[in-house]
Amino acid sequence: MNKTLNQKAWLFVIPVFVLVAFNAAIPLMTVVNYSFQETFGSNVFAWEGTRWFKEILHSERFHASLGRQVIFTFIILLIQLPLGIGIALSMPKKGWGVPVCLILMSMPLLIPWNVVGAMWNIFALPEIGFLGNSLNSIGFDYNFTQQSGDAWFTTILMDVWHWTSLVVLLSYAGLNSIQPAYYQAAEIDGASRWDIFRYIELPKMKKVLTLAILLRFMDSFMIYTEPFVLTGGGPGNATNFLSLDLVKMALGQFDLGPAAAMSLIYFLIVLLICWIFYTIMMKDEGRT
Amino acid sequence: MKKIKWLIPTIYIIFLMLPIYWLLNMSFKTTTEIINIYSLWPKDFTLENYKTIFTDSTWYMGYVNSITYTVFNTIISVSAALPAAYAFSRYKFLGDKHLFFWLLTNRMAPPAVFALPFFQFYSSVNLFDTHIAIALSHCLFNIPLAVWILEGFMSAVPKELDETAYVDGYSFGRFFFKIFIPTIAAGIGITMFFCFMFSWVELLLAKTLTATIAKPIAAIMTRTSSTSGYELGLLAAAGSLTIIPGAVVIYFVRNYIAKGFAMGRV
Repeated sequence: MNKTLNQKAWLFVIPVFVLVAFNAAIPLMTVVNYSFQETFGSNVFAWEGTRWFKEILHSERFHASLGRQVIFTFIILLIQLPLGIGIALSMPKKGWGVPVCLILMSMPLLIPWNVVGAMWNIFALPEIGFLGNSLNSIGFDYNFTQQSGDAWFTTILMDVWHWTSLVVLLSYAGLNSIQPAYYQAAEIDGASRWDIFRYIELPKMKKVLTLAILLRFMDSFMIYTEPFVLTGGGPGNATNFLSLDLVKMALGQFDLGPAAAMSLIYFLIVLLICWIFYTIMMKDEGRT
Repeated sequence: MKKIKWLIPTIYIIFLMLPIYWLLNMSFKTTTEIINIYSLWPKDFTLENYKTIFTDSTWYMGYVNSITYTVFNTIISVSAALPAAYAFSRYKFLGDKHLFFWLLTNRMAPPAVFALPFFQFYSSVNLFDTHIAIALSHCLFNIPLAVWILEGFMSAVPKELDETAYVDGYSFGRFFFKIFIPTIAAGIGITMFFCFMFSWVELLLAKTLTATIAKPIAAIMTRTSSTSGYELGLLAAAGSLTIIPGAVVIYFVRNYIAKGFAMGRV
């Protein structure tokens, strides 16, 4: 759509700008402020320069939790995207099945995150949980509070349970927007099922999938509440993801300086990845 | 082939329902039964847990608080995002692309980063422990999303609609409220759904910004578990009740999800 140049449009944007700036700029400046200082309690601060940044970037602890975070997000995207698209493709297109599917599938999305964690905790407990008890009774030695492999498995399964539906809903909407004429044309051309998916459905879903990937990347990379309630980062440090580690540092040990520096590095990583992804997707759009 | 097609969503839905069923199952048991006997359904069916929640005001006020700030947030986010999304979809102006991306970056800031500064900031403006504080703080991630979704819906509406209305002598305000908003009603429904959803499920900021008066139900649950030991039955009942508002909202927007979504970012 060709847009007209109109500087007065700023007036429309002001409410949003003020609300977000009020919420983002001021707290962000506080964090920046802390990141260059050392606190001695009772509001005494000393200038530390870039010391915290250097320390964080070289600390084993940060590397370890960042590593865990990257692996987790990667696995999540790898499972949820194909699974979500697959389920959306096999969902009914009309009839009573549509509202039933949509309502039931959206349910996990609307449960508060700590309830999700608590729910999975009691669902997976080895003795009294359905999942734990069933796995143990068919011969697996499963205990997510003791074994790190099991903790990872449970956390990933929980996230798949929690968020795959978002990918399903978005893909389903994308699929629904395709005119029947496209399918008829494909049928006349004798296109295979794969061809239809590759050349009709996938391109039509591109925008919703961009949204899905961005949302899933951001949220899984910033995951906090669910693993906090489910495993608390344990056993040991096995599921100690980046934001769990950050909150431990900021509120647990009250190391405000290093925690603030880590926040900024964390934020910049998310920003950088999203920016690269967004730019690539948008450039592609300009061409076609 | 047709039969297999039904199988995939069915298996997926069963997988989704299992943990929810387990939560419901536990909410009808006594805590002693939960710990001592493993059973697929309550042997000693009880409504005690629910009774406790509906008679104790610290419990049921939690639901009232959560719903209050979520509704506030949805109203604020959508009404601020509507004109902004219109501007982004219709006009070019200085810094529009940068502003749009800057908005999105706020969705990318880990809430954990903001917990402490938010606490200090909202305390200093005397909004600590109020519903409006949580509603405003949730704008951080809901407004960017609302603008993004609405912009998609609005861009799908041809510009000729605006021009025809002006030719017919509509003022901007009348056009916007009488013609434009009804045209993108589905989009507004979807946006409200997303705002409600992300505000309802968030806990970290809501917990940080409250003490007693505006405490959300999710935070009350964490407190109870730590002070009076693990009251598993009670927790399960409280958890089960948090599913209801979401289910009601989904029920109302189900048609929009099916039809409207597609109009949006596609």
